[in-house]
Amino acid sequence: MSAPSVVIVDDHALFRAGVRAELEGTLEVLGDAAEVEVAVRLVMDVKPDVVLLDVHMPGGGGVEVIRRVSEPRPGQRFLALSVSDAAEDVIAVVRAGARGYVTKSISGAELADAVRRVHDGDAVFSPRLAGFVLDAFAGQLAPEQVDPELDLLTPREREVLQHLARGYLYKEIAARLHISAKTVEAHVSAVLRKLQLSNRHELSRWAVERRLVD
Amino acid sequence: MSTVPATRPALHRDPTHGVAGGVCAGVGQRLGVDPLILRVAIVAASAAGGVGVALYVLAWVLLPVAAAGDGLPATRPRGATRASLQVGAGVSLLLASFLLTLRELGLWAGDPVVFPLVLAAGGVALVWRQSTQRLVSPELPPTPRAAQTLPAAAATPTVTVAETGERRATRAAGVYRGGFGVALIVGAGLLVLQTTGALSAARDVVLATVVVVTALGLILAPFLYRLGRTLAAERAARIRSQERAEVAAHLHDSVLQTLALVQRQAADPRAVATLARRQERELRTWLEGDRTPTGHVASALREVAAEVEERFGVAVDVVVVGDAPLDADLLATVEAAREAMVNAAKFGGDGAGSAVAVFAEATVEEVSLFVRDRGPGFDLAAVPADRRGVRESIVGRMERHGGRATVHAAPGMGVEVELRLERRP
Repeated sequence: MSAPSVVIVDDHALFRAGVRAELEGTLEVLGDAAEVEVAVRLVMDVKPDVVLLDVHMPGGGGVEVIRRVSEPRPGQRFLALSVSDAAEDVIAVVRAGARGYVTKSISGAELADAVRRVHDGDAVFSPRLAGFVLDAFAGQLAPEQVDPELDLLTPREREVLQHLARGYLYKEIAARLHISAKTVEAHVSAVLRKLQLSNRHELSRWAVERRLVD
Repeated sequence: MSTVPATRPALHRDPTHGVAGGVCAGVGQRLGVDPLILRVAIVAASAAGGVGVALYVLAWVLLPVAAAGDGLPATRPRGATRASLQVGAGVSLLLASFLLTLRELGLWAGDPVVFPLVLAAGGVALVWRQSTQRLVSPELPPTPRAAQTLPAAAATPTVTVAETGERRATRAAGVYRGGFGVALIVGAGLLVLQTTGALSAARDVVLATVVVVTALGLILAPFLYRLGRTLAAERAARIRSQERAEVAAHLHDSVLQTLALVQRQAADPRAVATLARRQERELRTWLEGDRTPTGHVASALREVAAEVEERFGVAVDVVVVGDAPLDADLLATVEAAREAMVNAAKFGGDGAGSAVAVFAEATVEEVSLFVRDRGPGFDLAAVPADRRGVRESIVGRMERHGGRATVHAAPGMGVEVELRLERRP
């Protein structure tokens, strides 16, 4: 299998150059962009396998890029990359359609690996993202409050997320839970889907509690 | 100017297109009528008895300006205003019928006493309600949370401006209500004076005073209004510059200092990494502000992690789900976690790049905590019994506080310490 191609979208020139230098050789870097407008055009032009996307950018940020590319190109894969610790930003970009989130302190090799996994259709959950997602779905489990309509996480999915948050890799989780690595991936993808589809008061209540909306 | 906008704006003033105060221009836009017609009508009405002037001045004072009106004072829901008016009218009618009934029945102290009393009571109620509300109002406007997705420093001035807008609207409503209350009380007083005959003696003086005061008020109103607006704008600007000075001071004390240190220690990558991590943590704490409460598990764990990181130069990544206020048992759990982190940092690190992962989850029933390193791991059975670190300060401590600690360790798999504590209701 040939190396996946990527486009780097980030408004920090230094960071773009650094990531480019780290990824070249292992991945095919097709170009980079510093702002939403340029990024959308570039992605439509060169059609990379994966877009590496900064969460915070002037003009709407990563969410805006995903929104505008996904309409004409629904299959485009995104991996969010950010220094942001704010749960709401990260959850927002994942809900918009990113298939994963890694922090900018990630090493070059790990980043290349994450891109490859996103390209293969897997979800990339860093421990931090796993924590955010657990947080987003947590606290709603009081029996009298459970609405059968809600997409709650299954106990197994919670277990997988907890292991991710504890810093375990997919294959380590598989070994610990006595399931195959493919099954672990399936659970993570299911969580991602629920996160993206769940628009009901599950997440909105979480948002209210975090004082994201009035 | 005669083009009618597709969607008609709310009733407002439009000084940019207006001749005097923009009342006709604004009202014309609302009604879809050429403002010229309205102007002619106003002039005609002014010529015939001065009604036009009064109407115009009233509209000038009452209508919000178009630009500022977009989303600011006009956000008060019209339905709510109408509903409260209806409620007010209903209450008044009920009260009137009650009073009339009493009057018919003869339970009556006499017209000159009861009617002024009722009027004054209504006025006092309005004024009193207004003044108590003003005490509360600084907390009233909810901060627009959308702004929080921006970096906190950049967001703060925006928040301030939006808040002053909201506050201005509530204040304006308060002034109208308070003014109405005062008018009721004064009216009641006049009524008493009138009926007791005291007024007729002083009538000329009072009348003259009223006329002069009214005239002065009309003359000064626009100036006072503008003065108020300028003061508000100045206040917003001052808050903004204070905010900026604070940010600058903070960056100076923290980031710039660290950057200087980084340059001096450029030869030592490990020291630079430690400096960078410390600065990052400090900056994040500052940006997050009061969003993670102190005295809770999350903040305590982060502090401990920072300490361990500082001491051993090993990165400690903390992920916390949920939160709980610290009690004696949880404090002990955090202490045990510190011990586990120290162990992981000391024995688990086999060089650069191996971080210690800390994960805590606090639910209503239980707090669970995991400290994991990617070190060589060890055979638990082979650990000598006198290794007090794990046995005493982790396992023993947890057991004394009604929790339990488990160490998962296998050669090649790293070590994970699991702490669990059931929470008491």
